[in-house]
Amino acid sequence: MSQLSSTDTPLAALPGDALRERAVDQLRAELGDALIDTLVKPGDDVWVRVRADAWREAGTALRDVVGLDYFCFLSAIDWMPSPFGRGEDDPTQPQAERDMTIRQGYTGGETRFQLFARACSTTLHFGVTIKADIGDDMTMPTWIPCYTGANWHEREAHEMFGINFAGHPDLRNMYLPSGFEGHPMRKDFPLLARMVKPWPGIVDVEPLPGEPADSSDADGGES
Amino acid sequence: MTMLGDRQRLAYIASQAADARLNVELETEGMTLNIGPQHPATHGTLRIICRLDGEQVVWAEPSAGYMHRGYEKLTEVRTFPQVTSLVNRIDWLGSFANEVPFILAAEKLMDIEAPPRAQHIRTILFELSRIANVSLFLGDLGVQLGAITPVFMAFRDREYVLNLIESATGGRFHPNFDRIGGLKDDLPKGWIEETRSVMRKLRTFCDEIDDLLFGNEIFQSRTRGIGVIPKDVALQYGLSGPNLRASGVDYDLRRDQKIAMAWDKVDFKVWTHPDGDSFARCWVRLQETREATLIVEKLLDTLPAGPVMAKVPRIIKVPEGEAWVSTENPLGEMGYYVVSKGDLGPFRVKIRSASFNNISIVPWLLRGVYVPDVITILASLYFILGDIDR
Repeated sequence: MSQLSSTDTPLAALPGDALRERAVDQLRAELGDALIDTLVKPGDDVWVRVRADAWREAGTALRDVVGLDYFCFLSAIDWMPSPFGRGEDDPTQPQAERDMTIRQGYTGGETRFQLFARACSTTLHFGVTIKADIGDDMTMPTWIPCYTGANWHEREAHEMFGINFAGHPDLRNMYLPSGFEGHPMRKDFPLLARMVKPWPGIVDVEPLPGEPADSSDADGGES
Repeated sequence: MTMLGDRQRLAYIASQAADARLNVELETEGMTLNIGPQHPATHGTLRIICRLDGEQVVWAEPSAGYMHRGYEKLTEVRTFPQVTSLVNRIDWLGSFANEVPFILAAEKLMDIEAPPRAQHIRTILFELSRIANVSLFLGDLGVQLGAITPVFMAFRDREYVLNLIESATGGRFHPNFDRIGGLKDDLPKGWIEETRSVMRKLRTFCDEIDDLLFGNEIFQSRTRGIGVIPKDVALQYGLSGPNLRASGVDYDLRRDQKIAMAWDKVDFKVWTHPDGDSFARCWVRLQETREATLIVEKLLDTLPAGPVMAKVPRIIKVPEGEAWVSTENPLGEMGYYVVSKGDLGPFRVKIRSASFNNISIVPWLLRGVYVPDVITILASLYFILGDIDR
């Protein structure tokens, strides 16, 4: 932890935002142009996006240079809007037209799938959310050498999103049966329970006895 | 290391040497033992596959997923207010505590804050669900070691807390009481006095458990020096909550982060233990339950007046953005990474549950322990199946 004691002010006394800015600077010095974009929201959190090939180095830098000793989570996002909306379509009607443009969130991105993870510091009390675009080969380096706890999180991301982790010792399914086809957390994987039976909020528009037929609430069941 | 620790370590080495000799003499073959999915020690349907050499575990692998309900996928077809009824069921023993971080994340995205009174009552109910959750752990702990009495005491005294939660929220297990912008309702009349007397009862319960269980010689010899997790390993695996603090890491999200809750209004102690063994994990939980009763009393003393609901639109649309909020739940750090696209419902919710990380250490932790200790170690890690599988 020698690099943590190099400044004059004790780090724990610094406000959170200063620590977050410092973490971004450290990562930039460590990763160079592999650090694509950063976002520090004052009083909230810090997001960084790195190139996919620098994912492992970024994890090591987070642990050893920034000093984030505590592994929080690792998961993925599918940025494609769901072709099924919120599953409230009438199954008897033709499928509705939807805007399918992919719009990434904070720190941007170029691909449909993004990996994101979070590590925190138990002494300085702040965390960093780190993202990386996943290319078409859907393969990312594993984080197990930097944070051992990533093991199960990567297994979960593998079965739910179909992401391969190069160097992961054991990518068996954790939740799904072994012969399961498809990756449930991808947006184009339909939520079948919603497909076979419409959501009650839609069918409940028939009038109650004694009420005129057109008095149904326009909001449905959403209030 | 204390004297007791040294003696136990020597005894452990001696017993291992004796075992090794016996194994060579008998030429025992390894066998595979399935613990669970239906086993009292697994609190549900966690299956642990152990490969044994004699009485020792050489390899262990937890097999979760028997209760996977796909909450992350389900949240994508719900509106924001509907999600609380889902996430309630993640850790079903402390269910109110599951709602809070999600609601806080939605409030953060909407840039609103609950009124002070709502924040206070939230914190009180949060701590009550911690007491309800952990008091069951303290009782259950005895059962794993063959003591039946503590579990009856735990169920008896937890009922008082559940009654409090029920009278305030209307639900014993799944309150679904938290709303974006505040709470559904104010506290009922007479609730505060009732709560004070229950907190006194719960402290008596903690004292009884302290005497009966933690002072028991069998309990101590079965838990001290067993299942030791060093600090760095605990951090690497992302252990959180009492499991992390029992390894000597002074990290508690109630104290260590700025969050729109009332913990910063009261003074409380964060309990840690340097040993990292099963006993330390149990002991930290006992102290935390006691501390939680004190936090509730202090919060009741400083309960501000005012409304319990901020002004929010009737149809809640959450602006585009991403937010991460985690709180110190009974089992550890529970957090939600909420991505909103400005719609009625969330675009993606990543649920970071405590037990998932806490259990991922099991393959490392069970290597080399004896079969009876598997049960105590699992009990001391304290997981809830819904919290692993989500």
